Amino acid sequence: MGVTTTVENSPAGYGGPGFFATSLDKAVGMARKNSIWPLPFATSCCGIEFMATMASHYDLGRFGSERLSFSPRQADLLMVMGTISKKMGPILRQVYEQMAEPKWVLSMGACASSGGIFDTYSVLQGIDRIMPVDVYIPGCPPRPEQVIDGLLQIQKLVENESLRRRNSQEYKALQAKYGLE
Amino acid sequence: MTGTVSDILNGLVEKLKVKFAADILNAEQMFDFPVITIKKEKVLEIVKDLQKEGYNFLTDLTGTHYPGNSGNELGIIYHFHDMPNNRRLRLKAFTSINDPAIDSLTSIYPGANWMERETYDFYGIIFKGHPNLKRILNMDEMNYFPMRKEYPMEDAKRDDKDNAMFGR
Repeated sequence: MGVTTTVENSPAGYGGPGFFATSLDKAVGMARKNSIWPLPFATSCCGIEFMATMASHYDLGRFGSERLSFSPRQADLLMVMGTISKKMGPILRQVYEQMAEPKWVLSMGACASSGGIFDTYSVLQGIDRIMPVDVYIPGCPPRPEQVIDGLLQIQKLVENESLRRRNSQEYKALQAKYGLE
Repeated sequence: MTGTVSDILNGLVEKLKVKFAADILNAEQMFDFPVITIKKEKVLEIVKDLQKEGYNFLTDLTGTHYPGNSGNELGIIYHFHDMPNNRRLRLKAFTSINDPAIDSLTSIYPGANWMERETYDFYGIIFKGHPNLKRILNMDEMNYFPMRKEYPMEDAKRDDKDNAMFGR
């Protein structure tokens, strides 16, 4: 019919009619990356921009993040979007601690990444003061295209993560650095 | 136009001076607002009289800090509104920073409750008789009063910003 579609490359493996053999890492990575359920922790303007990204025009659901979860127990990705005040910090930490492994954190916008323009007594100067962050999206607010780019970066991290990473010494040290666990 | 005293203000100040002659420090018309500056000791009685006068709505209660006015650094500013007659009034009471206490208005205006908590949170002004005087917007563990001009506005723990470039 003249329409060409490109399909994403499948992971390296050996396939034949009716079967495909690959390593578990790669299969799990592919499954995880295409079904990230985000927890939108939206506080300010970035939250509105995220709403636009989830809407039909930019549609984050195309990338598997169709089902948002406001319960941390059921979410994979914590998206912190907006200014976090120092009073909100412990609450955000509690939400992060309640998430089950594997979990990723995306900091959207200038305020969540570094306090933004609010260098003041009440604003937490970046959520990486209280929790480990995987991807930062700069912008005030970032355009939906940038948010999608950030999610694709998370997807790259998810795809290539080793299955044993969450039990490794380095990860435990990282958590200990923030006083978690 | 500042300085000229309007009729509303004239009548009101005369009525108040009958009882509180020594406590009215200043009365002037600042643009569209009559402003009366009083001594803080009699604030509760003066406000009770104002309420009887018809000023039934406490629009705002806030604080100021002018470090230059020694002896009168902290100010407590009240805004009243007489809704049936559409008259507004600003009341100012100043106090020294070493004795930042004033009577609370919560007994006559319940709406003053949270406004006084906010003023305490940011300026450290103690409202005597307030049922629950504790911080409302800042973290409970904060040990200073951020809106006082003695403290920098910026976050104290930032060490990666160059002061010259960021104008601190």
